[in-house]
Amino acid sequence: MASGSVADQEGQVMLLGFWFSPFVKRVEWAFKFKGIEYDYVEEDLTNKSTLLLTSNPIHKKVPVLIHNGNPIAESLVIIEYIDETWKQNPILPQDPYDRAMARFWANFIEEKVSEPAREALFSEGEQQEKKVKELKEGMEVVEGEAKAKLNDKTLFFGGGHGVGYVDIVLGWTCNWMETIEEVGGFKVLDPESQPQFHKWMTNFREVPFVKPTLEPKEKLVEFFRMVRKDRLGLVANK
Amino acid sequence: MAEEEVKLFGTWASPFSRRIEVALKLKGVQYEYIEENLTNKSPALLNYNPVHKQIPVLVHNGKPVAESFVIMEYVDETWKHNPILPTDPYEKAMARFWAKYIDEKLWPAAKKVVVTKGEEQKGVINEIQQQMKNLEGELKEKTFFGGESIGFVDIAANIIIWLVVAQEALGMDQILDEEKLPILHGWLQRLLDDAVFKECVPPKERHLDFSKVKFGSSIASK
Repeated sequence: MASGSVADQEGQVMLLGFWFSPFVKRVEWAFKFKGIEYDYVEEDLTNKSTLLLTSNPIHKKVPVLIHNGNPIAESLVIIEYIDETWKQNPILPQDPYDRAMARFWANFIEEKVSEPAREALFSEGEQQEKKVKELKEGMEVVEGEAKAKLNDKTLFFGGGHGVGYVDIVLGWTCNWMETIEEVGGFKVLDPESQPQFHKWMTNFREVPFVKPTLEPKEKLVEFFRMVRKDRLGLVANK
Repeated sequence: MAEEEVKLFGTWASPFSRRIEVALKLKGVQYEYIEENLTNKSPALLNYNPVHKQIPVLVHNGKPVAESFVIMEYVDETWKHNPILPTDPYEKAMARFWAKYIDEKLWPAAKKVVVTKGEEQKGVINEIQQQMKNLEGELKEKTFFGGESIGFVDIAANIIIWLVVAQEALGMDQILDEEKLPILHGWLQRLLDDAVFKECVPPKERHLDFSKVKFGSSIASK
């Protein structure tokens, strides 16, 4: 299933992924939210398939969606494609201004939360301190937005429609952030200064199509501990 | 007919606000342009973009939108004639992919190449050459990335002009060389010849001086 050319996959919905990847999980949540069936192909980080390398020659990364033989890479690009191709249960709002706000916050999350978190996970010392600070600042803004938009009636950033684009983009934090903290050896989650965000995480974890997909923390910690060790080992040791 | 109020906050030397000018002009949207001084940002700008405090910001009937690609998509969805994104979802996904590539890979490399020296700079030059080859692979024989007319990726790729001008200002050999990258080189000439696009680049002499000041000192001090 993992071999073969892109052209062989006519009429299929296929997702290439890693079990441990938050970006892959996002795409799965988008599919599950819309009730779309897809073939999932587990890739090997140390031995990427020909299909992956030919479908995403530029970045050679997952997730990659292959739909009717056409490959699409980059999780946010894939999610928008899914939303435009399968119209049931819209992920993005209909109104152009609301869509712009959703895209703005998705970009913010990527730049100021996802990216610094990833960099903090794979760095140490001064470099890590810098990234942890950036991450904390990003979380502060997210808490502010959660305070502004969420309440007892509106549990998600998708507003009256329930889960939406921003929730799916931010969703990785509800499972991976604790892992990153433990493996990286720092703390950014604080229920006291981030009460609205913590409420949102609790609610998101319980979403019926999210709950069964969440990997156990011990499994994630063990895996990322190994990856962090490898990555830091590539840099000169003290 | 409802009164339409469109304002664009930008700076003359920013490729990001220039992108929005292209999008608005391609659609014939009337707008008021406000030149910001980034060392002394206006209360209006800080009010409209409190998260990043950056340009460009588009304000449509009092509602602000920030981040150049977000604004471009908003413009395309609000003024539907002369689309800058394809209608087909797959083609649209490809356009978004390449625009992202330009901002996340090419732009950081372009900023780095003008402030590095020696071996480090050589490494970045190679990186950019590969990135430009990748872009050629997407452009192929088309007139523009958008096909017959300028589209989302062409507008995003405006940053290539900033790289070319910076290299000229510093007396560097051009990475975008006609021999090595004929497809992209040809595309750039067509882009600069386009009636709408050419109005949305900084005046050459002023841009050269600006680049000399911005990058010349960082080279000299190393």
